[in-house]
Amino acid sequence: MKMTPKWLMALAIIAIAGAAYAAEPITTLRSTAPDQESAAPRISNFEDTDQKRPRNYPEQPPTIPHDIEGYQIDKNANKCLSCHARSRTGESGAPMVSITHFMDRDGQFLAAVSPRRYFCTQCHVSQRQVEPLVGNSFVDIDALLPNNSTRIAE
Amino acid sequence: MFDLLKRYWKVLNSPSVHFSLAFLTLGGFVAGVIFWGGFNTALEATNTEKFCISCHEMRDNVFAELKSTIHYSNRSGVRATCPDCHVPHEWTDKIARKMQASKEVWGKIFGTISTRDKFVEKRLELAQHEWARLKSNNSLECRNCHSPDSMDTTRQSPRAVEAHEKFLFTGEKTCIDCHKGIAHHLPDMSGVPEWQ
Repeated sequence: MKMTPKWLMALAIIAIAGAAYAAEPITTLRSTAPDQESAAPRISNFEDTDQKRPRNYPEQPPTIPHDIEGYQIDKNANKCLSCHARSRTGESGAPMVSITHFMDRDGQFLAAVSPRRYFCTQCHVSQRQVEPLVGNSFVDIDALLPNNSTRIAE
Repeated sequence: MFDLLKRYWKVLNSPSVHFSLAFLTLGGFVAGVIFWGGFNTALEATNTEKFCISCHEMRDNVFAELKSTIHYSNRSGVRATCPDCHVPHEWTDKIARKMQASKEVWGKIFGTISTRDKFVEKRLELAQHEWARLKSNNSLECRNCHSPDSMDTTRQSPRAVEAHEKFLFTGEKTCIDCHKGIAHHLPDMSGVPEWQ
């Protein structure tokens, strides 16, 4: 026999692929079959402290360490700014909205928060104590680089 | 005209001819009970949420907004109804408020806020009335349930403790100063002090 017939090869490939497919369960977030209703997970409370959480990378919008349920942010009112606006921080003791938020898209600084940065919850979010649904392998830059001081010494 | 008044005065001023003193005294007493009871019953009937939301102005705007707030739905199931916050509990204050509310009857008859647009247009003014009322009576209706004396600050979030200790317990501010818009949506707040 000088060559395996092509059809036999094809059959073998399908068989191997099929076996591999059957052996490995499909990764899914769904706990039950699609046609059955799964139990909803319990809703946990919002974290509600005044402790800042450090950013995981410099550009990260800081997370909100407190509960913001019922806070109105629309064209009429912005509840966040009643503490975090520049003029309100003296009384509230809250951190001021970053100066970058006063900048319009041409890099010009305005007198107040720029309309494009007005809707706080587009980037800043409160936190709940939950297990992440999908794991990730993110490594903080400081952890990734070897110890800075030893590098400088070398 | 003057003669007519004089004649009635004479009738009222002269002693009763046909009725006994006992009948007039007891009759007056019974009639008093009926009228007073009737008045208070009617007053209480206007002091229910069912009465408030029998008008579409309240049902479709402010009541609809209340539903998603903590004063309507919460963990312990205790809830505030319209009159709990908007009508004083003391009798004299209540009557004073009810007299003011005759203006609201006028508004209802002439459809001052009969559509959503009209309501939104008038919302700031209406809200300012309520803020002014709560400010002037030191947030009395809030305090009917929320007493600073019974506040356990160890059960509050650190932010709340700080704010309450600094402003509420010292009497520097009253509830409504910070807690505007907790039960209904806020109007356009530009120009309102302490808001952006």
